[in-house]
Amino acid sequence: MIEVQGLTKYYGETRAIHDLSFRIEQGQIAGFLGLNGAGKSTALKVLAGFLLPTAGTVKVDGVDLLASPEALRASIGYLPEDPPLYDEMTVSGYLTWLGKLRGMSTAAVAARVTEVADLTALADKLNQVIGTLSLGYRKRVGIAQAIIHDPKLVILDEPISGLDPVQIVEMRKLVRALGGKHTILISSHILSEVEETCDQLLMLGDGELIAQGTEGELLGRASTGTEWAVTVAGDGADALQTLAGLDVVEDVRGPKAAIAGARFELTLTGDHPDTVAAALVGAGCALRRLEPTENPLENMFLDLLGTGGAS
Amino acid sequence: MSAIWLVASRELTAYLKSFMGWGVLAGLLFIDGLLFQAYAMGSGEHLSSEVLRSFFYFSSGVTMVAGVLLSMRLLSSEQKDGTLVLLYTAPINEWHIVLGKWLSAFLFLCIAIALTAYQPAMIAVNGSVHPGHVMAGYVGLVLLAASVTAIGTFTSALTKHQLVAGMFAAIVVVVLLLTWWAAKVADAPFDGLLAYMAMYDKHFTPFSKGVIHTRSLVYFATLTMSFLVAARVVLGARRWR
Repeated sequence: MIEVQGLTKYYGETRAIHDLSFRIEQGQIAGFLGLNGAGKSTALKVLAGFLLPTAGTVKVDGVDLLASPEALRASIGYLPEDPPLYDEMTVSGYLTWLGKLRGMSTAAVAARVTEVADLTALADKLNQVIGTLSLGYRKRVGIAQAIIHDPKLVILDEPISGLDPVQIVEMRKLVRALGGKHTILISSHILSEVEETCDQLLMLGDGELIAQGTEGELLGRASTGTEWAVTVAGDGADALQTLAGLDVVEDVRGPKAAIAGARFELTLTGDHPDTVAAALVGAGCALRRLEPTENPLENMFLDLLGTGGAS
Repeated sequence: MSAIWLVASRELTAYLKSFMGWGVLAGLLFIDGLLFQAYAMGSGEHLSSEVLRSFFYFSSGVTMVAGVLLSMRLLSSEQKDGTLVLLYTAPINEWHIVLGKWLSAFLFLCIAIALTAYQPAMIAVNGSVHPGHVMAGYVGLVLLAASVTAIGTFTSALTKHQLVAGMFAAIVVVVLLLTWWAAKVADAPFDGLLAYMAMYDKHFTPFSKGVIHTRSLVYFATLTMSFLVAARVVLGARRWR
C-alpha cells in the first residue's frame, strides 16, 4: 500500500508540487493525469526516491522515504519518460546488472531475467545490444528494468510517449498484466490513456491534486454535457422529424451517412438523453446508438483546471 | 563492497567497450614509450637511476592527463544520458556511487600504469636498477592516479558536460602542480602551506627518486579522500535541488 501525505517539492523558489495526499491499495493501477508542467514527473521522481521532498511523507507498506530511503528504493521500480539505458550493454547484461544492484542474488536474477523477458516480450532480444533496439523495444527494456527486482510499486512516467498505435496497444496490455501483482502508478497527459488502464485517477493541476477517485466516482461528479450523437437505421427521415419536435432538443445537425444508417448530432437543453431515446423508440425508429460526443471526464478535468470545458 | 564493485565493474566494462578506454590506454602507452625512447634512453649515457627517474617523470605527466580523460565522463555522462536515475533509485547510497565510479577509473589507469613495466625492465637489462626504486616510483604513480581520478570524479559530478568536467579537473591539477611557484612569492604562513600542496614538486619527486615519505602518503590520501567526499556531497545535494 502506498501512502502519501502532504508531499511538497520546491525547485529553489519554484513550487513544483504542493501538499499531495493520496493512498493507493496493493495491486491497483493508479494514473496521474495532468497537463504538461503540472508536476507529474516531479511527483513521480520524489515517489521513486530520485529526489527528496521539501515536505511531506511517502510510505510503501509502512517504509518511510526519509527514514529508510534505501529500503524504500528496494521496493520501487521506476521508468522515467526516456528509458535510462546503457547502449553498449546487451539486454540480458543490463537486466542482470540492475537485478544485482538492487540486491538480488546471482541465481535469483538469472531466473528473473528469463521471467521478465517473457512478460515484456523481450525473450528473443536478450542478447541484443541495447543501442540497436527500436524505441518500442527500448521502452520494453525500460519496463523490464523497473520490475526486474519484483518491486511492490512500479512507477511509469508517460510509458506510451513516442510509441506508434500498435506499440501503444501492446504497452497497455503489458501494464494491465503487471497490475494485480504490482501496484502501478502511471503518469500521462492523455486522459483516454489513463481511463483505459487505471483503476484510480489522480488529477494534477499546477502541482496540486485537484480530483481523485475511481473512474466511476469521478464520472458521478462530472456533468454529462449537452452534446450527443444518435444513429438510427435507414435514411433517418422519421428520426429527424421526431428529434425536431422534441422540446429537450435545442439543435439537430445531420443526417450524415453512418455505417448503421443515419447519424445526427444533437444539442440538448440539459441532461435528457433518456427522453430522446424514448421518443425515438416510441416513434418506431430503429435506434442503433446514442452517445455523448464529449468526454465528461475531460470536461470535468478542464473545468477544474479553469481552462474552459464545454460543460 | 558488492554495490561499489557492481558500479565499478559496469564502468570498467564500458571502458573496454569504448574508444575512450582503448584510446586512452593506447595513447598513454604510445606517448610514454615515445618519451622514454626519445629522452630517457636516447640522450647519451646516464646512470640507470637517472634514466629510471626520467621514466617516472614522463610517466607522471602521462598518468595525470590519462587520469583526467578517464574520469571526466564518470558522472557527467550518466547525467547527460539520464542513466544516473538508475543509480539514484537503486538501494545504494551516494558513497557506493562515488567510490564505484572512482574505483573503475583508478583501476583502469592502474592497468595502464602496470603495462609500462617493460620500460624499467629495459633499464634493468641494460644497466642496474634497484627494485626499491622501481617500487617507490610505481607507488607514486598509483597515488597520483588515485588523486587525479578523484579530482575528475568530483568535477564530473558538477556538470553533465564531460569536456567541461575535464577542463575543471585539468585546472585543479595544474593549480596543484604550480603551487610550488606560488609558494616562492607568498608570505608566511601561506608559503609553507602552498609548498606542501605542490603535488609534483613536493610529493611526487621523492617517489621518482625511490624515496617514500609518510607526509606524501598522507598528502595523496588526503587529496583523494577530499575530492571523493566533495563528489559525494554534490551527488547528495542533487537529491534536494
